[in-house]
Amino acid sequence: MTENNELIRSSAATLAGKLAAREVSAVEVTQAHLDRIAAVDGKVHAFLHVNTDEALAVAAEVDAIRAAGGPAAQELHALAGVPIAVKDLIVTVGQPTTAGSKILEGWHSPYDATVVKRLRAAKMPILGKTNLDEFAMGSSTEHSAFGPTHNPWDLDRIPGGSGGGSAAAVAAFEAPLALGTDTGGSIRQPGAVTGTVGVKPTYGGVSRYGAIAMASSLDQIGPVSRTVLDSALLHQVIGGHDPHDSTSLPDPLEDLVAAASIGNVHGMRIGIIKELHGEGYQTGVENRFNESLELLKSAGAEIVEVSCPNFKYALGAYYLIMPSEASSNLAKFDGVRYGLRVLPEDGPMTIERVMGATRAAGFGDEVKRRIILGTYALSAGYYDAYYGSAQKVRTLIQRDFDAAFAKADVLISPTAPTTAFKLGEKLNDPLAMYLNDVATIPANMAGVPGLSLPGGLADEDGLPVGVQLLAPARQDARLYRVGAVLESLLEAQWGGPLLDRAPSLTEPSPGTPSLADPALNDTVASHGGSH
Amino acid sequence: MSDATLSFEEAMEKYDPVLGFEVHVELNTKTKMFSSAPNVFGDEPNTNVNEVDLGMPGVLPVVNRTAIESSIKIGLALNCKIAETCRFARKNYFYPDTPKNFQTSQYDEPIAYDGYLDIELSDGTMFRVEIERAHMEEDAGKLTHMGGATGRIQGADYSLVDYNRSGVPLVEIVTKPIEGAGSRAPELAKAYVAAVREIVKNLGVSDAKMERGNVRCDANVSLRPHGRERFGIRSETKNVNSLRAVEHAVHYEIRRHAAVLDSGEPVIQETRHWHEDTRSTTSGRPKSDADDYRYFPEPDLVPIVASREWVEELRATLPEPPAARRKRLQAHWGYSDLEFRDVVNAGVMDEIEETIAAGATATVARKWWMGEIVGRAKIADVDPGQLGVAPATIVELNTMVEDGKINNKMATEVLDGVLAGEGTPAEIVAKRGLAVVSDDGPLLEAIDAALAAQPGVADKIRGGKLQAIGAIVGGVMKATRGQADAGRVRELILERLGVEG
Repeated sequence: MTENNELIRSSAATLAGKLAAREVSAVEVTQAHLDRIAAVDGKVHAFLHVNTDEALAVAAEVDAIRAAGGPAAQELHALAGVPIAVKDLIVTVGQPTTAGSKILEGWHSPYDATVVKRLRAAKMPILGKTNLDEFAMGSSTEHSAFGPTHNPWDLDRIPGGSGGGSAAAVAAFEAPLALGTDTGGSIRQPGAVTGTVGVKPTYGGVSRYGAIAMASSLDQIGPVSRTVLDSALLHQVIGGHDPHDSTSLPDPLEDLVAAASIGNVHGMRIGIIKELHGEGYQTGVENRFNESLELLKSAGAEIVEVSCPNFKYALGAYYLIMPSEASSNLAKFDGVRYGLRVLPEDGPMTIERVMGATRAAGFGDEVKRRIILGTYALSAGYYDAYYGSAQKVRTLIQRDFDAAFAKADVLISPTAPTTAFKLGEKLNDPLAMYLNDVATIPANMAGVPGLSLPGGLADEDGLPVGVQLLAPARQDARLYRVGAVLESLLEAQWGGPLLDRAPSLTEPSPGTPSLADPALNDTVASHGGSH
Repeated sequence: MSDATLSFEEAMEKYDPVLGFEVHVELNTKTKMFSSAPNVFGDEPNTNVNEVDLGMPGVLPVVNRTAIESSIKIGLALNCKIAETCRFARKNYFYPDTPKNFQTSQYDEPIAYDGYLDIELSDGTMFRVEIERAHMEEDAGKLTHMGGATGRIQGADYSLVDYNRSGVPLVEIVTKPIEGAGSRAPELAKAYVAAVREIVKNLGVSDAKMERGNVRCDANVSLRPHGRERFGIRSETKNVNSLRAVEHAVHYEIRRHAAVLDSGEPVIQETRHWHEDTRSTTSGRPKSDADDYRYFPEPDLVPIVASREWVEELRATLPEPPAARRKRLQAHWGYSDLEFRDVVNAGVMDEIEETIAAGATATVARKWWMGEIVGRAKIADVDPGQLGVAPATIVELNTMVEDGKINNKMATEVLDGVLAGEGTPAEIVAKRGLAVVSDDGPLLEAIDAALAAQPGVADKIRGGKLQAIGAIVGGVMKATRGQADAGRVRELILERLGVEG
């Protein structure tokens, strides 16, 4: 094994410090992560594409600039040379972008997403593109057309979704940072079940230009990392106004890194949302959540209880708005201009039939399910009852948040009701799958920011639990302030980062079947192919 | 298969027409409605496009501010109210000319609504057309269907798509149902579209060239028996792209509907295709009000907010309204009411203005447009402005006549040469060897011959009957094959005969 354990286990902030001090080169850092990917990704399957040559070239460029010194070296971004993985929903020049779908297999974008341009401007080597549920539709990555990602804590379990690839890559030390997208929890829920940090910024806080849209009014790109500070650092690279995205906020970006460094929560009011814990939440999740509350209280925060009575309608309204927008956003995938084109096997060769055959072959079942739902919800005669009512619920949820934030500076809940479930366990029960996002969806419906950080391991299964913090729109800084304090209190209790307790993935562990076993791989593949 | 029709007179005897128009105006902004790609007509296919116009994965629209300003100006010129806030919506349908498979348009929140336009008919009658709304949308790409008999997508071997037009800003102006036009309906149709075209051209927001599709008209026609309030079932004739065609299409549809109703059959609600060659329409696709486009508010765009201050700023930039402009031009040009109305009805007011701007007098400009070009346009069956006569050509021809280089008869011959594509007037004069014979020698020879041939006429002139001189002039012109300057000939004849002119 050639992997450099110290480098791959370092946070982005630590790597940035070592790079700036020239204790280590960007090429060494990048190569260490590429080696780790080579060593473990056969088991984890976090990556759909590994971008070796370009990543090393960018790293070498950073090293050359540092070696030359002078103003160019001074002007290097703090994260220059720190590698990153990008969710394969975000378009990149020079690498394929699939959205986890057969319909885009082999497609190369002619343009970079705004966030990717910002990564390039900061000279962060892009390690590759990470796996996801097809078009970000799912909570387990099992809906990827290219096979599921496995949770580094237990390879038989889901890494969450849709951004399971980004979360697993960071949890498995294949990348210190990653980009995710969050429409109903796709950054936060994978963060929770893999013991990592994930942030959904305020809607409009990060440009969506170049993120393949699922639900335009809910989608948001955000950071994935192992520490709260690292997410703040990455958030500052990608955030801020973009003239290519009309929904992008004009506000100047707050100093999120400074917020993550405040180090106290004294006098802050932290609100427990009555409707987002208790019944339906796993005991181990509930226990870890309560411990976090105690720690915050001991640090001088005031814990208050708030009620958001309309959150109970959030899931239902979400499953009308999201598919409605998705049905329209996904109409462009028709085989006419790019991507897969399938000709009908028999019958007349009309454009309608070519589009139909292409979409029938190119989309998976979950995507089709949502397109059908959305098409129905927008249909004449049903629009008011479905899409219209769902928009009203959205307003009610925003009012619930307004009322709650009048009483509390930050809200808190478990991120997901359960720890990671087994691959295949909920694949044939879409409603059970949808329930994973019950605590994360309200933030998307209201456009407020949310952060998930590791809260410990559940007693009953030893798997990671996530704690979610929510703040008012444009107050993302509060998440980083409280998140960093809670993280340090928890790590003090654990005696180090939670991920120190995760399996190494490179030593065969007795009793755990190896995913390298071809027979087991077949089983997984047949799971993947059955939906 | 051609449809049965009644004569227009019989149709009018039995039925009352109700009209409605959707006029699409392409704005002449530098860039497209939602992207930074150039808005340019006629370039190499698929060159004026970027990832947004091609509907690539991940792209987002950004609204063109100039297009919003142009739309507000159009709304104001149509006496509309301007919405304080309005949104775009998605109109969802699968068709390969629309790269996203939805059109970004406005649905229930148009930027301008509740306006009117007063239309002057050929005899000076004023007719008010109520405007329902003017809304913004993006144009689709252009499809060319190859192979197959009809040039339509059905039966084509393959189709070519040009997305240069995709995303070009459009304003769609929709009238309320127009009642009470009676037999003036075809004329009103033409006058209404002409008025809209004049407005957008004056505003400078569109190139307003109908032949390029800058202004496109869908004409709705229905008939009802006289005295009945309820509207009949309408047809919508699509893409009628010249003023004359608008008039003819309405005329034809009235006659066709009348025949259908007379036969006891119901009119089918459908789109109709206009055929310029046969001056008739054929059935397109059936259109029902239940076409389900699954409209919903465009989530990628924020609402357009038109503050009252902004609207008033734009109102202050509006040019004079067409009616005021007409009054000013008539006074300036010194035309009589009848002369001016003829000019307006012939559709050459803009052309005369341009010709005067190019250096001609008002009288000369009118003489050429009304005397020469309108008649030729009628024969060629096109609008006069589309015949291909540039104002500079008229100025050049007129200067040659005034300088005595050619006479009026030659000038019309040169005009025909210009229209036949033979070159500029100077080139044609040179090529055809046209020049007034200005050397008096050959003229005097011809005069002497003409006087000798008609001695009686010569005597009459000597006797003071000057009007008889025409016969001698005619003889000279004939002998010189029209190349003499008739004025000079007249002078020389009088001189020869020793008569004071």
